[in-house]
This record gives sequence, structure tokens and C-alpha cells, in this order.
Amino acid sequence: MAEPLVSIADLKVHFTVGRTMFSPGTVVRAVDGVSFDVGRGEVLGLVGESGSGKTTLGRSILRLVEPTSGSVRFEGEEVTTLPPSRLKRLRSRMQIIFQDPYASLNPRMSVGQTLSEALELHAIGTRADRAERVGDLLEQVGLPRAVAQRFPHEFSGGQRQRIGIARALAVNPGFIVADEPVSALDVSIQAQIINLLQDLRQELGLSILFIGHDLSVIEFLCDRVVVLYLGRIMETATAADLYANPRHPYTRALLDAAPVPDPRKRRERITLKGDLPSPSAPPSGCVFRTRCPFAIAACAETVPPLETVGARHQVACIRAGELDLTE
Amino acid sequence: MAETTLPAAIAATKPRSYWSRVVARFLKHRLAVIGLCFLTVMGLIVIIGPIVSPYDYDYQDFELIGMPSEFSQSHWLGTDELGRDALTRLIHGGRVSLAVGLAGAVIATLLGTLIGALSGFYRGWVDAVLMRFTDVVMSIPTLPLVLLLSGLFRPSPPLLVAIVGILIWMGTARLVRSQFLALREREFVEAARALGAGGARLMFRHILPNAIGPITVAATLAVGSAIMLESALSFLGFGIQPPVPTWGNLLNSASAWLAVAPWLAIPPGLCILCTVLAVNFVGDGLRDAMEPRE
Repeated sequence: MAEPLVSIADLKVHFTVGRTMFSPGTVVRAVDGVSFDVGRGEVLGLVGESGSGKTTLGRSILRLVEPTSGSVRFEGEEVTTLPPSRLKRLRSRMQIIFQDPYASLNPRMSVGQTLSEALELHAIGTRADRAERVGDLLEQVGLPRAVAQRFPHEFSGGQRQRIGIARALAVNPGFIVADEPVSALDVSIQAQIINLLQDLRQELGLSILFIGHDLSVIEFLCDRVVVLYLGRIMETATAADLYANPRHPYTRALLDAAPVPDPRKRRERITLKGDLPSPSAPPSGCVFRTRCPFAIAACAETVPPLETVGARHQVACIRAGELDLTE
Repeated sequence: MAETTLPAAIAATKPRSYWSRVVARFLKHRLAVIGLCFLTVMGLIVIIGPIVSPYDYDYQDFELIGMPSEFSQSHWLGTDELGRDALTRLIHGGRVSLAVGLAGAVIATLLGTLIGALSGFYRGWVDAVLMRFTDVVMSIPTLPLVLLLSGLFRPSPPLLVAIVGILIWMGTARLVRSQFLALREREFVEAARALGAGGARLMFRHILPNAIGPITVAATLAVGSAIMLESALSFLGFGIQPPVPTWGNLLNSASAWLAVAPWLAIPPGLCILCTVLAVNFVGDGLRDAMEPRE
């Protein structure tokens, strides 16, 4: 396999909360030892419940959140230790699309100002070129050139998300973190944005880390999927393999929670009960054991390593070999 | 479908800027509009008044020296004990009081915004140091300090403006800090950071314009506090020094004659009261107009 575009190794992001002069506070392990690669032109899905650490993971790759330890390499260059002066150059090659299109655009800046700021920051083109490029970007995401004079409050959610995508594309990045870019949108609009991402990916050869919890969206868009639970990887496989042949009980539970279009179809489902345990006091051994219907005593004792169980298919479950989770 | 037709719908409408909506909402606030009209009229009077008045503020009518005199044809609000025209002095005093009030509020707002912005944006030890400093300044009792200072020296007008500004910036600083703390976590700020924007750009181009509403309100209310403070200082003899009049020192000199000539004390007192009230109404109106609870 060719060298991956982004390579993440044992990445940890820990936050200390409630630290005062009198108490050391508690450590929240938002991301706790995650490793994966994103290939060139690949769309990698990152799924998990709310609170599983997927957003933090995405942001720490771009160093919007500082990683506690571990390594992120972009085109072979270590990102986590880059000094601020060199970080800026990296910013034109890695971009992010946000979840909430109502919060991610500055309400006091026109669309044109927002987009040309990205160009200004990276000294792309002259003033006249930039106006031209802003128009091109708007067309690229399916908006008329004339909307550059408009302010964000004049647009619908889907249109704003297009503007957010245009901003990310403005600096010609090779890699984009898409942080749940459609979960705040109406279902009818979601499809349009997903198709836009799909088109852009083919047109521009983008690599995308697509963070989401809608499994049907992930299946449609992604080549490979990483399943995250409480800051750790539970399972990773190609999308087709993961959906047809889940090997981790948590993956199975996520698949079972997704609605199926055929109401007559009866399924035997794994339903998750209770809430995610606190990432400041994760369970011993396998972090999923407290909610796993197949948990045995041994699950509390060792942290299950990610084991290869098939071509590009890895799972972190000590019972993966004996459980049959296919429908 | 709707998604593709909407840009056309947008193109057909006039862009309604933030400010046009603010003006529309402000005009619905009756007291604020009355306050603004009052302040406008007051502003015009203090600018034009001294030009059209037949007297200088320190002109003495030697026939009337010795006792304050009552209203007359030539002196509409009477004269003070030195035979100076009370109306001329009131208008001129308004000019000084309003100028000191405005300038003091500008200084307080700039200082408060800068300290609050640095505190809220950088957090950590910067925030701790600046906010403890703010607390210290806030805990200094104003009037005893001023009485102490007045024993030491008499301030020139620019110095007085600076003192007024330095005594009232703390509220603005706390307000701006809280705005910055909230806004710095917003996604559009993070998006700018992801594009490589530095601290100054994030603070002044992305965060500050979104905090302009509360800052404007605070600045307006600061004008009220500055006028009050200047009047208090002048009343205590630490402000602008006679013979230059201000509403505060007019009130001070009139207080000696309160029993025999109350008409000298009432106009400057009313002016201070009404101006501060009007400023506060305008502040309330701006708050409702700029921070609608939608």
C-alpha cells in the first residue's frame, strides 16, 4: 500500500477538569490511544455515540485541540510538534467542515468576506483574483456568484453548509475533517450536501475524515469505517465488510439502532441500555463491557488489543472469535 | 428543489443589514426615542448656546454683585452672587460636563474593552492577573480617593477626563471578558483559527464585531456614570475649577444660597438628573435593539 496521507499513532487527548489550587481535578480521557491511517483519496468514516470522542479526535488532528500525546503525521511530517510558524502552512492543507452551519459562519461578515479571508490569510492571489476565486468557489458548491455580498442570516441551513464547504475548499486542502456536516440539516437537504461532498471528492481527489453517527450516510460515502467508543477504537473495516460482517458487539448494536426501510422485517436486535460511562472513570479492561450483552468476567481484566480478523478488518474484543454477530 | 430556488428568492430581496434592523427595533422603544431627542436638543443647546448668548460665562454685571438676583428680562435664570448670568453659565457648564462625560466614557470603554478582550481571549494567567487587577481597582472607594487627591493637586481638564475614565472602566471590562469567553468557543472563531488566523485577527475581526452590541450599551451607560462622577467631583471641589462652570460646581456654589436663592441650584440639578436619565433610557433602548431575545 502507498504511503498514507494522514497517519495517526496512539493519539491521546486528555482534559483536566475542575483543577483548583486545592484539588488536582479529574482527567477526562476524551481520546485514549487511537491509531489509524487515512489513504490518499480515501474517505474514512468515524462513528460512535455522542461523547465517544469523535469530534475531539477530528479537531486534535488539525491541532484545534492540542493532543496530549501520540503522533499525527501528514504526508510524513509530524504535526503534533510543529511550531506555530510552520503550523500555518499546514492549515492550507488540512481543513474542517463544521456540524452546525448556523454557528460556523461569522454573522457580521458577508459570504465574500468570509471566503476571501481564507485566501488573504494564505496570500493566495491579488485582490482582484480573490473576488474571482470567491465566485468560482461559490459556483463549485452550487451557489450563484452574486451571493458573495449576502450575510449568513439570509441563507438556509443547507446553503450555509455549502458556504462552510466553500471556505474549507478555498485554500486547496488535500485533507478535510468533516465533523458531522449533515446531522444539523433536514433529511432532504442532507442528500444534497452528501452528493456535493461525493462530487468534490472525485473532482478534487480529496481525502476526507467523515465524522458521523448516521450509518446509512457513512455506508454511502465512506470507503472504510472506524468505530469509536469512549475514546478507543472498537472495530475498523472497509465499509462493505463492516456492514455485512460486524465482529464487535458495539458495532452490531449501532447497526441495529439504525432504522430499516422495511417495517415487516423482524430482526433480532442488540439494544444498548444505559448511558456512556464517564470518560473520567472508564471501566477497567474493555470499556464497552458495562453495556455489552456478551460480557464475561475476563472482559474486566485486560484491555482487548486491536486484532486483525480479516483483510483490513480489525476488532478489539476478546470474544470476537466465538461470537457470530451476522444477522 | 427548494434548495436550488432559494438563492433566487434571496437575490430578489434587499439585503437587510444588521444595523437597519437595530434602528427599526430602537425606534419602537418610546422612552429611548424621547431620551435620544432630549440628548440631541441638549447637545445642540450647549454647542450653539454660548455662541448666541449675549454674555460670557465670566461676565459680571456689577450692578447685581453681592446677592443672587431673581429672573429678569435680561437674565432669564437670574444671576449668581457675583452678578454672572446663570443661564449662560448653565449652558457653558453643560458643554463642559457633557464633554468630560463623553470623553471619560470613551476612555473607560477603550480601556475596559482592551482589558476584557485580553482576559477573555487568552484566559489562564493573563485572565487571572487582569481580573484581580480589576477587582482591586473596583474595591477602591471612589470618593475618599478623590478627596485625598484633591488635597494634593487640582487636575487640568484632560487629567480629569483620564481620572473619570480610570474610575469607571471595570464594569465594561467584566462584560467584555464574559462576551469573549463565550464567543471564542463559537465555531466560526474555530473555523478562522483552522484557517490560520492569529490572535489579533481572531479578537478584532471575528469576536469583537459580535460583541459590539453589549459594548455599545455599556459605553452609553458609561456616559451616564461619567457625567455623574464628574458632577460629584466638581461638587466636592476636585473637578473643573471656577470660574469655568460645570453642572457640578454650579450646584456646589449654589448650595451656599439654597435657602435664599433656590433658583440657582434647581436648573443644574435638573440638567444632571434629566441627562443621566435620558442616557440610561437610550442605553436600555439600545440593549433591546441590539440584543433581541429571539
